[in-house]
Amino acid sequence: MATPQTISPNLGDRLRGFQRSAGNIAAGGGLWAAIIGFTVWAAFAERDALTVGIVLGAILALGAVGLTLIFGVLKFAHFAHGDSMMLSAFIAWLLLNGIIVGERAGSETTLLPVTINDLPGADSAIWEFSFGYGLIVAMLLTAVLTAGMMVGIDRVVYRRLRRRKSGIVIFAIASLGLAFVMRSVILIFWGPTPRLYTPGIRNRIDLPFDVSVLADQLFILAAAFVVTGIVYVMLFRTKLGKAMRAMADNPDLALISGIDTDRIITWTWAVAGCLIAVAGVLLALQAHLDSELGFALLLPLFAAAIVGGLGNPQGALVGGFVVGITQEVAVTFDFLSPGYKFSVAFAILILILLVRPRGLFGERS
Amino acid sequence: MILAGKRPAWARGLKPSDFIATAVLLTITLAIPFIAYEQSRGAFPDGNIAGTMSFYTAFLVTVGVFALLTMGLNIQWGYTGVINFGVLAFFMLGAYTTAIITKGDPQGDFTTYIGGWGNDLNLIPALATDQWLPFVIATAAAALAAGLLALLVAFPTLHLREDYLAIATIGIAEVMRRVVIEERWMVNGSRGLTGVPQPLGGLVDQSDYKYLNVVIVGIVVIIVFFALERAVRSPWGRVLRGLSDDEEATAASGKNVFAFKTQSFVVGAAIMGIGGSMYAYAFSALSPDAFTHLFATFIFWAMLMVGGSGNNKGAIAGAYVIWGLWTISLQMQGYELGDVIESRMPFIRGLLLGVAIVGVLLIRPLGLLPQERRVSAWVERRVKKERSTPAPPAET
Repeated sequence: MATPQTISPNLGDRLRGFQRSAGNIAAGGGLWAAIIGFTVWAAFAERDALTVGIVLGAILALGAVGLTLIFGVLKFAHFAHGDSMMLSAFIAWLLLNGIIVGERAGSETTLLPVTINDLPGADSAIWEFSFGYGLIVAMLLTAVLTAGMMVGIDRVVYRRLRRRKSGIVIFAIASLGLAFVMRSVILIFWGPTPRLYTPGIRNRIDLPFDVSVLADQLFILAAAFVVTGIVYVMLFRTKLGKAMRAMADNPDLALISGIDTDRIITWTWAVAGCLIAVAGVLLALQAHLDSELGFALLLPLFAAAIVGGLGNPQGALVGGFVVGITQEVAVTFDFLSPGYKFSVAFAILILILLVRPRGLFGERS
Repeated sequence: MILAGKRPAWARGLKPSDFIATAVLLTITLAIPFIAYEQSRGAFPDGNIAGTMSFYTAFLVTVGVFALLTMGLNIQWGYTGVINFGVLAFFMLGAYTTAIITKGDPQGDFTTYIGGWGNDLNLIPALATDQWLPFVIATAAAALAAGLLALLVAFPTLHLREDYLAIATIGIAEVMRRVVIEERWMVNGSRGLTGVPQPLGGLVDQSDYKYLNVVIVGIVVIIVFFALERAVRSPWGRVLRGLSDDEEATAASGKNVFAFKTQSFVVGAAIMGIGGSMYAYAFSALSPDAFTHLFATFIFWAMLMVGGSGNNKGAIAGAYVIWGLWTISLQMQGYELGDVIESRMPFIRGLLLGVAIVGVLLIRPLGLLPQERRVSAWVERRVKKERSTPAPPAET
């Protein structure tokens, strides 16, 4: 008896077929409905967690926009993103009070002769915030420094790899190596103890609809809003932004259209550096300065960027909020302890990769 | 060519890189016992040779365990070009699987874990010289568990761009760590598991176990090494190498890219599981604190990059070199280095590992022992046969 000859697709093909159909169903509003439904439900049931989620989402969105810009223009996943956020938060801390760990672990010594807190009134609290204008100055200075640092790293490391036409995996490994370099630098200068920008009690503000937030969180939202606005204008209203988007779309075409790709790459790192610095400082303001946080932060950052579709800045903005809110609300469930926060982000990431690898907005291939 | 002709027979075909590698390996091999011996003079006027031996043996056990993990990573990254930034997950799963299978029932109020089948698995009492059977089963189970986890991670991510898998592996590593810490009932949470039985542990004194352990780990390393060497020289291994060189060309020649990548990822993870199992036996105690991203993922990347991606000997050499330097830096703490360096030594080690990875990528992308050209066991046999027959007169 002859064996029946059927053309059976192999497992990989069948899997992809399943994914495509599942993705189509989910794309037909399924994912959006789930996200909106979840947020509305959280607005009634878990309002405090939702508020924190929105604040965290704003921070993640800033980080994810930087991540997605780097991915779009340079085409590699920047694994040092979380750690550079933390490093810039610590740079801001250094600018504020000039303190590093002394000779022995646990002791402290002053590195900078002049610090921002020495400015008159820099550390007296504004309004209900826990910090003075010094923190804002430090944040802006850090943004400049981090932008310079990212451009410098690109010159020393990534540009050489580009010239050698290395594969994207080599870039990924190099960025992982740099992530650990940054984390070690934090540990060498500031030690493993978590720190706060300003000690003391945080003021709460009562808003309508029974919402109460920390004053600092309002600042975080406002700052994130302003920075997002600036980046939006830069990306969609300037020639530089147009060139960046062109490079993200098709680097070869951008090159032959006379775009100076080296210059665009430098600017991309500078913009990403500013975003990293602001996101890092705001995150440290919301949580604390902690060397351990950087690497784990990669999960929500990548989850946000992938939810929005890697390389899509508007998508990353939405993705940041989706991940931030889901993460915070999910750990209020009884069966999930708060330690699983980043695992929730990972679950979102896997879900999106399964049903819609190109992200919520991803129609381009 | 004339110069090459004057070389003695053993040195023919050696490249400058071989000498660098030999020099580095030799330096470390001499330095570690020497420093240990020097330091033992503090307590023993003539130095403590037995203590030095014991120290070096313990060092070799650790190198063996790490060599297994690095070889697992080598199959994934070195041969196939599949990124795994979550070695921790498979390492940890292998170690904990081994522990819960070989340990007996939980003892005391503050210890809870699942499993504890060690005593039930002594299926053939006549053969059981101090329980060797549970250990074989446990190591096999560790490999299986790590392989299954790899399969789970690979399915949603492996047919996407390479970096998606890298992100997913970071995720699975983080989830593994969290689960071990948060789920107390499972493997005793952050208190960790102590007293993991050691294979054939009853045969020797506890303080001498490392001498037996180094043999056991050595045998496992040798088995895995030769299995991998054979595998990468098979048609299967050639497809993997094709994938890392040019994925599209491999796909165009009719190879199922997804299937081969998955297989490589799973095989590599299974070897990491075996490595985790050996870790559990060697250290006999497991704690989630030991499995940090630096110590359980990143160090293996440094080992592989320094040793040479795509070369199993390189993987072993890398484990030896990096762990050797690590050990020397630990030994250095016996000397007066000044508070500034001494209090920061662990962080400086991390910094140097990161610098090593980036430096190797920039300066010497091939590592100490570059990938070998020859890829087929069949061709090698042919070449050997031709070598053994007298060479025809040289043409030049």
